[in-house]
Amino acid sequence: MTDVGRHPRIKLYTLSEIVDVKGYVGNFDIKILKKARYVSEEECTACGDCAVACPVVRPDEFNLGLSSRKAIFTPFPQAVPSAYVLNVNECLGHNPVVCAKCLEACEKGCINFHMSDDEIKERVGSIIVATGLEPYDPTELDEYGYTRFENVLTSLEFERLVNAGGPTKGKLIRPTDRRLPKSVGFIQCVGSRSARKGSKYCSNTCCMNTIKSTLVLKEHYPDIDIKVFYIDIRAFGKGFEDLFMRSRRLGVHYLRGLPGNVEELPDHSMRVAVENTVTGRLEFFDLEMLVLAIGMKPAKSTRRLQEMLGLQLSPDGFFLEAHPKLQPVDAASRGIFYAGCAESPKDIKESVTQASAAAVRAIRLMHKGEIYTEPITSEIDPEKCNACGKCVEICPYNAITKGIRKKTPCVVNTAACAGCGTCAAECPYDAIVMNHFTDDQINNQIDSMFEESSQEKILVFACNWCSYAGADYAGVSRLQYPSNVRIIRTMCSGRVDEKFIFNGFLNGAPVVLVSGCHMGDCHYIDANRWTEKRVKKIRKKMEKLEIRPERLQLEWISAAEGSRFAEIMGRMEKLRQSVSIQEISETIEILKNQGKMTQN
Amino acid sequence: MEPVTSINTKPQMRIGVYVCHCGSNIAQTVNCPKVSETASRLEDVFISKDIAYACSEPGQQEIRQDIQEHGLERIVVASCSPRLHEPTFRQMMQSAGLNPYLLEMANLREQCSWVHLNEPDAATQKAEDLVKMAVSRARLLQPLKEEKLPLTKRTLVIGGGIAGIQTSLDLADNGYDVVLVEKNASIGGTMAQLDKTFPTMDCSI
Repeated sequence: MTDVGRHPRIKLYTLSEIVDVKGYVGNFDIKILKKARYVSEEECTACGDCAVACPVVRPDEFNLGLSSRKAIFTPFPQAVPSAYVLNVNECLGHNPVVCAKCLEACEKGCINFHMSDDEIKERVGSIIVATGLEPYDPTELDEYGYTRFENVLTSLEFERLVNAGGPTKGKLIRPTDRRLPKSVGFIQCVGSRSARKGSKYCSNTCCMNTIKSTLVLKEHYPDIDIKVFYIDIRAFGKGFEDLFMRSRRLGVHYLRGLPGNVEELPDHSMRVAVENTVTGRLEFFDLEMLVLAIGMKPAKSTRRLQEMLGLQLSPDGFFLEAHPKLQPVDAASRGIFYAGCAESPKDIKESVTQASAAAVRAIRLMHKGEIYTEPITSEIDPEKCNACGKCVEICPYNAITKGIRKKTPCVVNTAACAGCGTCAAECPYDAIVMNHFTDDQINNQIDSMFEESSQEKILVFACNWCSYAGADYAGVSRLQYPSNVRIIRTMCSGRVDEKFIFNGFLNGAPVVLVSGCHMGDCHYIDANRWTEKRVKKIRKKMEKLEIRPERLQLEWISAAEGSRFAEIMGRMEKLRQSVSIQEISETIEILKNQGKMTQN
Repeated sequence: MEPVTSINTKPQMRIGVYVCHCGSNIAQTVNCPKVSETASRLEDVFISKDIAYACSEPGQQEIRQDIQEHGLERIVVASCSPRLHEPTFRQMMQSAGLNPYLLEMANLREQCSWVHLNEPDAATQKAEDLVKMAVSRARLLQPLKEEKLPLTKRTLVIGGGIAGIQTSLDLADNGYDVVLVEKNASIGGTMAQLDKTFPTMDCSI
């Protein structure tokens, strides 16, 4: 940690968060909000005189409220930066009549009540998301009595209690009577592996963390009675099984079965009722302290960052990697990588491994000092452009500019264009060519798919990042769905032009599905808003033309929703069966006539 | 069975089609030689082959050789998802002297053989359709050029827990500037709150 503080190449902003990200791989423009510390980071020597003088006492967050701190404090002794921090909401204020005691106590004059929040701008070439985790809050699992019984602790609170730097200097005591408990029980999978409460996934570290805790306890207090209630013990890593064996040899009692109920006894011990699934019997144990091995949840900032950076999430709420085996630290967006628990629950070794991998992936991208942009960008034909400015309004990247003078054609800045193709789909004058996903290329695909048995086929447009990836995921999971589905890939659902859909129906398509990322997950900021608007518009048009609008469907399918993809394909097939050959030929007639009308 | 190779002598454009078996991943459901044979009758398809592993070095070498030998102008690889191997085949095209954007892939694995495991005939028909669609698109593909842009050699690390610390140090020690942003008053994250850590049983800070 101190290496980070000292490193000449690392610029550290604490009390800071990202408020805006613009740009693209190679050149991201970042806006950071740095909240005021009210203590100079450069000047403060962490002598602590200010905290001695401060009259305000508050629970210490670092020790999870098991000890107290002042309104001006250091988060913990080894903190980096070491400078104290003043919580302005708790402080009595700098009016000398009210307080200002710290100001007087600080000989160096490091405290400044007039410090204000700073907005900082930085330009970077790559981003590593290492936002970590949120410990599971076991309040909702009321049967364990976490909020009702004082001697029921979370594993993180327990960590602070046995830590030499913790509130008790490492001496284990019961919160109610401050004496060493004779017996301690650990309940595993609190908030993990449960379909009912908490999360379905395994949090990966709790088994080993409990085993470690039993070893620490047995080392200090060999006579302590320890019971561990578990579903399975997952000691899969290098050296892990050894630790588990050692713990059992030291007499720790591992009992398969999670308690159904916890009651408090008059002496503040807990009576734990558990069905021992080995013997099949209901057993009761009286324990003086109970530790809940809490799982991990995604960090609170996950959702906000995901939207800001255009990333995807797994169904469990952690960040989704580009490929689970081959690109485990890459985000689907180029230039963004994951490290640590942001991607999934991990122990320290795995976090460190992934962090190093992420660093190398970033270096691999940056070492040449230049970057090749994908040429999949849009182009405006100045002959056809009517300078209406619709595309300027649409482009999520502000990559299109209107001519300065009236009626001068719009221009695409290809460096800023990300290639979603929404402008090409919306241009009323057909003046925009989306390279690599041109109208002709896509129409050719549609034409050839309907050459034979058109009435049996389902046309699906899928965006590259979510829905197409979701279809791939259905494949990887071997989920079976109707074989008459034909997928056409576009980079974004925003590319799916009205013309494509009517061309499909003109070719005899019974049903058409447009699929893209969920709202807020769009890889192109919010281009899929235009998809939604457009589909609504087309359905209205269909209604006017007396074509059943339900034959055009819109679905949001994420990269992680393989089963949803398969399920929707089943639904599309049912819908297709409701469309008769007669209905299809009527539609073709209607569209042919419509075509003739517009030509005349 | 011998791989089927069909050569059409009079196309206007020379398209090469490669139907990958992916070992048995595709071939156990889809009749790859039949798909290749059907593709050979499509307009503009000069050569059509079924191939054991298109992505393997011998597989790529075969396509590369065909490009050079027959002057192929567009390539259709019918194999797995383009999300997996499009970069692989684009690189192969480049090394054979063909613009990488003249490649089209048909997804016969994730979106055909794996999702229609028990319907070999329907899957084969679908594969034929997917290849036909890919060929019709390939015919209209245009060479594209990548643009070179300057890049900022700096990394933003969001979060100063153990992962953020490690990745920042690795980058910085390799000579890259790092901007490390932490929401709390100190770095360290959850890791700093832990006492001893497994498997080494030493302290976390």
